[in-house]
Amino acid sequence: MKVRIKFSKQGIAKFIGHLDVMRYFQKVMRRADIAICYSGGFSPHQIMSFAAPLGVGITSLGEYVDIEVEDSEPIATMKERMNQTMAEGFQVESITRLPDQAVNAMSLVAAARYHLTFRPGYEPEDPKGWMKELEEFYGQKEIRITKKTKKGQKELDLASLVYELSAQGEGVTMVISTGSEENIKPDLVLDAFYQSKGMERDPFAFLIQREEVYGRIPGGEGPFPFLSLEKLGDCHE
Amino acid sequence: MRKLALPDEILLSIQQPARYIGGEVNMCIKDPKSVPIRFAMCFPDVYDIGMSHLGIQILYDMFNRREDIYCERVYSPWTDLDKIMRERHIPLFALESQDPIRDFDFLGITLQYEMSYTNVLQILDLSQIPLHAADRGEDMPIVIGGGPCAYNPEPLAEFFDLFYIGEGETVYDELMDRYKENKKANGTRIQFLEQAAQIPGIYVPAFYDVSYHEDGTIQSFTPNRPCAKERITKELVMDLDQVNYIDKPLVPFIKVTQDRVVLEIMRGCIRGCRFCQAGNIYRPMRERGLDYLKDHAAKLLKSTGHEEISLSSLSSSDYTKLEELITFLIEEFKGKGVNISLPSLRIDAFSLDVMNKVQDVKKSSLTFAPEAGSQRLRDVINKGLTEEDILTGAASAFHGGWNRVKLYFMLGLPTETREDIEGIALLSEKVAETYYDEIPKEQRRGKVQVVASSSFFVPKPFTPFQWARMNTKEEFIEKANIVRQKFREMLNNKSLKYNWHEAELTVLEGVMARGDRRVGAVIEAAYENGAIFDSWSEYFQESIWMEAFQRCGLSLDFYTTRERSLEEIFPWDFIDAGVSKEFLKREWQKAMKEEVTPNCRSRCAGCGALKFEGGVCFEGKN
Repeated sequence: MKVRIKFSKQGIAKFIGHLDVMRYFQKVMRRADIAICYSGGFSPHQIMSFAAPLGVGITSLGEYVDIEVEDSEPIATMKERMNQTMAEGFQVESITRLPDQAVNAMSLVAAARYHLTFRPGYEPEDPKGWMKELEEFYGQKEIRITKKTKKGQKELDLASLVYELSAQGEGVTMVISTGSEENIKPDLVLDAFYQSKGMERDPFAFLIQREEVYGRIPGGEGPFPFLSLEKLGDCHE
Repeated sequence: MRKLALPDEILLSIQQPARYIGGEVNMCIKDPKSVPIRFAMCFPDVYDIGMSHLGIQILYDMFNRREDIYCERVYSPWTDLDKIMRERHIPLFALESQDPIRDFDFLGITLQYEMSYTNVLQILDLSQIPLHAADRGEDMPIVIGGGPCAYNPEPLAEFFDLFYIGEGETVYDELMDRYKENKKANGTRIQFLEQAAQIPGIYVPAFYDVSYHEDGTIQSFTPNRPCAKERITKELVMDLDQVNYIDKPLVPFIKVTQDRVVLEIMRGCIRGCRFCQAGNIYRPMRERGLDYLKDHAAKLLKSTGHEEISLSSLSSSDYTKLEELITFLIEEFKGKGVNISLPSLRIDAFSLDVMNKVQDVKKSSLTFAPEAGSQRLRDVINKGLTEEDILTGAASAFHGGWNRVKLYFMLGLPTETREDIEGIALLSEKVAETYYDEIPKEQRRGKVQVVASSSFFVPKPFTPFQWARMNTKEEFIEKANIVRQKFREMLNNKSLKYNWHEAELTVLEGVMARGDRRVGAVIEAAYENGAIFDSWSEYFQESIWMEAFQRCGLSLDFYTTRERSLEEIFPWDFIDAGVSKEFLKREWQKAMKEEVTPNCRSRCAGCGALKFEGGVCFEGKN
């Protein structure tokens, strides 16, 4: 039986890199006695797949990992059992049962919502005004940028990959393209704006939190054709 | 959420920030304000190494069982953070509370290898604690040293307030009680040390004076106040089943060297290899009970979630119930996705059978430690492994599907000749030949791979070889070249590979191992000139050390290549490690005559450890 786990990563957990988070959850499964399924072969590994790696230094309210468990596994108590053995900063938020034919979270990922605020001590004179300017910049129809990739550089239109960006007081919330098709990070969104103003971005200027990871609604259209991975899991049932 | 000692700007610009934030699974959390004693437990190397150490986990668990102690951890900041902390005067902090170490009552530093000594000074320095015990005021932590290198604490005597000689489970309780009483009575630091000096196993270096002969050897070593004992007898646990083992080991976030459950099955060794310090200082050999181990294996796997369990001991094949233990582990855990990692076992039918069950034969290799290239030299070092043992073991392994073999040797052993040295290549060749003789062409899966490695021999205190002359760097390198040359002459040299260790590092290890109090000044001078992480070859700088010797007017050769007389007073002679000096002398003389000594189970060699009244000395006698 397939299960989708939503978890948050707060406080000191933001310093734990993606590979270590994977190892951490493998150990959580054993500590919490989750009847997780193993692959075959001489050194079996747990059937587990993470949705979208999160950069070191970023906190999150909505990370996802899919696992496969034995049918006998009592889902009702899973969340509680896991949370009893969590390390500081990690918490399971929800457990969703997936239909057997569900595709894994990783291939569903299409977008993610981030919230950014200035780190105390790094605020400009008028943070609200600054956020408004950022919002206006992303109100443009097209923003051509060059993105560094593993193979070199490529040109793309950033405006079409920033699905939402709105200033909220002294912070900003953005929904941006994520996953295998076009993976955009908040840093890139900020950099394009800074460049347009001819300014350098201090790498520590912002506190960044990922709030949700989305998949595309099958056949969905309109300005926001996305649903959180948690809900996307549900709607298959 | 705990507040961190370092800001994000630092943590996000250094390697592996998870080394410095604590918060791991099974970390002990207490309110520092509500405990009378705060103890900082330190492994003076990077987190990844320190977190892999079993001893610290045992002591961490032991201290934190007491309500009146909060034991926290501290490791060496890696060079990137070290630089930042110096520039910005950030005091070194403990992982749990993130509070500065200098505010603690105790700083306990484990001394596992000699080349960590400059890191001991790094820890003190970054903690803003005076390097010299004599300069520490009433508000500074009491600095304690322990671990195997505390069996010759003299090179570090100036830097420590006291040393704990032996196993930690026995007298720490008493030491802590004395501290609490003294604190309550508004006693001074020196009053506490006077109390501590009377506890068995505790050595307060400031309470002893050393005088030297003109030739530099020790003339006398005497207590300078009545509270100090003439001799310090090591502490040890006689019934390992009566002391607490860890229930909930810490589980690091990052991948550390030892990322698995470690089950300590016994302490000590019956073998009596004459070069081996551990085999001597941990005598007599004591086993844990099978039920105790079965119970703990399950508990430890459950509380950590580790996917691997490994056995720890000096010679697992000598554990009396090994077969039952391993069978239990396989039956109980193999089907649950848990890997069972076996320590180097003696290669025989049983060990090959279990290795077949728990390892992928195609990926694993077999390990033998002949230590010397000829039977003559193996007799000198009392290594009871014969060429026949190795070749028969290798043959059965080859039939079992293995085709990779590792061989460990030492160069520079006492009485070593050219034949012994070349024997390393000859023995490796014979292992390769065995493969081609035993396995018909059509059944072979490629070539056999024989990898021989040699380290350079360092004479250690409390071994029969404590009198031995150590080789010079040049001699070491020449010997390694002879081996390399001989390997080239071998018919099967395409199946053979030979590696050797750095000689420079070994020579300094030799100085620290048998050094006296005067060596402390050299360590300090080297540290001041930038020596740190010396055990990491990328950071070791020989020139800094050579300069330090010169500055201090000390000769390196005095500590390494000098011939020592049987009458010489050694810096560590005031410690009673169980094995008597008479026994060690006897063994040294037997070594020169190439005579072997049987293991403890075959016949008692009268080493002196019998006086502890337990362990292998009394096996089958109750």
